[in-house]
Amino acid sequence: MAAAALLRRIPAARAPATAFMAARPISDSTAALTIKTSVPFTSHLVDPPSRDVTTTPAELVTFFRDMSLMRRMEIAADSLYKAKLIRGFCHLYDGQEAVAVGMEAAITRSDSIITAYRDHCTYLARGGDLVSAFSELMGREAGCSRGKGGSMHFYKKDANFYGGHGIVGAQVPLGCGLAFAQKYKKEDTATFALYGDGAANQGQLFEALNISALWKLPAILVCENNHYGMGTAEWRAAKSPDYYKRGDYVPGLKVDGMDVLAVKQACKFAKDHAVANGPIVLEMDTYRYHGHSMSDPGSTYRTRDEISGVRQERDPIERVRKLLFTHDLATAAELKDMEKEIRKQVDDAIAKAKESSMPDTSELFTNVYKKGFGVESFGPDRKELRASLP
Amino acid sequence: MRQCPPATRFPSPVPLSASPSAHRDPFPSLQVLAQLAQAPPPAAAAAAAPARTYSAAAKEITVREALNTALDEEMSADPSVFLMGEEVGEYQGAYKISKGLLDKYGPDRVLDTPITEAGFTGIGVGAAYHGLRPIVEFMTFNFSMQAIDHIINSAAKSNYMSAGQISVPIVFRGPNGAAAGVGAQHSQCYAAWYAHVPGLKVLAPYSAEDARGLLKAAIRDPDPVVFLENELLYGESFPVSAEVLDSSFCLPIGKAKIERQGKDVTITAFSKMVGYALQAADILAKEGISAEVINLLSIRPLDRAAINASVRKTNRLVTVEEGFPQHGIGAEICMSVVEDSFEYLDAPVERIAGADVPMPYAANLERMAVPQVDDIVRAAKRACYRAAVPMAATA
Repeated sequence: MAAAALLRRIPAARAPATAFMAARPISDSTAALTIKTSVPFTSHLVDPPSRDVTTTPAELVTFFRDMSLMRRMEIAADSLYKAKLIRGFCHLYDGQEAVAVGMEAAITRSDSIITAYRDHCTYLARGGDLVSAFSELMGREAGCSRGKGGSMHFYKKDANFYGGHGIVGAQVPLGCGLAFAQKYKKEDTATFALYGDGAANQGQLFEALNISALWKLPAILVCENNHYGMGTAEWRAAKSPDYYKRGDYVPGLKVDGMDVLAVKQACKFAKDHAVANGPIVLEMDTYRYHGHSMSDPGSTYRTRDEISGVRQERDPIERVRKLLFTHDLATAAELKDMEKEIRKQVDDAIAKAKESSMPDTSELFTNVYKKGFGVESFGPDRKELRASLP
Repeated sequence: MRQCPPATRFPSPVPLSASPSAHRDPFPSLQVLAQLAQAPPPAAAAAAAPARTYSAAAKEITVREALNTALDEEMSADPSVFLMGEEVGEYQGAYKISKGLLDKYGPDRVLDTPITEAGFTGIGVGAAYHGLRPIVEFMTFNFSMQAIDHIINSAAKSNYMSAGQISVPIVFRGPNGAAAGVGAQHSQCYAAWYAHVPGLKVLAPYSAEDARGLLKAAIRDPDPVVFLENELLYGESFPVSAEVLDSSFCLPIGKAKIERQGKDVTITAFSKMVGYALQAADILAKEGISAEVINLLSIRPLDRAAINASVRKTNRLVTVEEGFPQHGIGAEICMSVVEDSFEYLDAPVERIAGADVPMPYAANLERMAVPQVDDIVRAAKRACYRAAVPMAATA
């Protein structure tokens, strides 16, 4: 009896697991909650931020939902690719969701993000919708690039998401250029330029970092280190795989990229640093479950045990699920329902995307220029197909 | 229409006709064009840009001054325009094109970059993505090869790939082509390379008026523009009218200029070669051949209408360029004329280009590697079937 009375007085957040039996709505509380990151940050030339991350129950639930949606979208894209509805290249992000979601939680839509070709989830995080994502993947006119870009060329300018780039490493100088413009326009915003461990060795990255440091640009270089550049493991490609230190004179932070709260903390820290002091490098220790692209089984250069091991130990969604349970913010049933709802959302979006038609043939000739002056452009047989560019 | 006397070696394959209307109209696609285009189709026959005559001009300025004043005025008019490149600031410009701009606009808008073309060009393109209007200077276009991925993949293609979301209002400018004695790695012409790419605009001024008008147009243009200058022209003076000196002066992109009217043979050229073509036209005039010299101004878009209209008038064509011949500008012009005005040609198209070798250093070899006025004269005479000496067999 006394024990039961004791239980009633303990705040719900600290109630033991048996309290899950009671029906209780999934938490939408915005009360502050402090959670420690999985591991401490490792830093280079800068004092690292605290391991204690401030979040809220509502935010944690949102993290779970957003990452689950991304996970589901990428898995669905895998099926669509195998069904030949997606053609060409398709680079999937499942496993890395915490980077996209944690980053978004730390910044605003006035900050800019640019990434390479593994961009579907970044697009979603920036406010992109499922229908336009799937439509773009299938080359339909409802796509975010009206079917003219494809998997590697998603953009959302109104949310300061600048793509979506196919040339490894090119997005880093471009991102530093975005930061230049932000500083020039006195916006007090920052740019996050994402790149992989493969791209980390690109010369243009160091050129851009040098200029960014000289000119104190608010540029945050984020290395999404999933440990493989296509099929080449990091130890075979980089003499120094300490990517957070590769900035040399530029400070860096190494972050557990599978811990969405650590990502959020690091990105907030980095943004404040960059706006005040210039560039900083973040290395996100992350992992991709799929191969480099849909053409790569992903198992010729790494073991299945390694992949399943990461999934067991470090999956970003499972981590948040455990947090939600530990802090009594949701029940297993509620999360299962949410996942079912997400699955339906994705299926509905795919169905809608399939209804979208392929772009009109006149779109072959649109957007070549912003201002075409009525100049002529030609098809393969110019006596058969030509157009005036608007 | 006036004809050059028929050659003994090259009998005309079709009977000469007095009236162009006797030919099948090789522009059937004009009708298709009219149907496809929203805008009224360019009237090919009337499209030849009128020859510009200078109004009574007391003033002469160099191409250098023309470029400098154009940069100054556009930077003054639009605070989002900025200049970046090697030595553009404190050094006043490697060729003094940006002289005085650092003092006037400060280091936030005139930026000296390290010698890292790939990095700073990418930064320029990224700045353009976020709404600024960068002018990226390459000390010469030879160095643009280090940055060519950004010019083509990051700049030229972005508006298309993003279906219009990401436009790139950037200008890449600098000296192009041969200078004097600078050797193979510093002498290449990139007109054909960049004009190959849809999504880019490629301009090549000749005179001071061209330089001012086209650079201003390029800076104001919302698309990526490759602006090919010429080091040897920087110091040359040209008369300019008050209109040209006005800060609102601008030349249209995509329109060629008839530098000199003629009726016997059309000579197309751009940049430095325009001067050579005009000299050749003077020599030809003394021999009774009236050459029409077209200053292309715009390599992409190419003013096909003006070129074809001229060839339909003269029936003979010589293309002149400084760059390597294979897959060059002349090849494209020749094909355009074959496609649209074949029946009007009374002679094979002639092509004068740089020698098909890397640029040598020795002065005599260098002279042989670059087109000279004599080459243009000779080719024009061949086109008019007035070659004095039978041509060597090509095999």
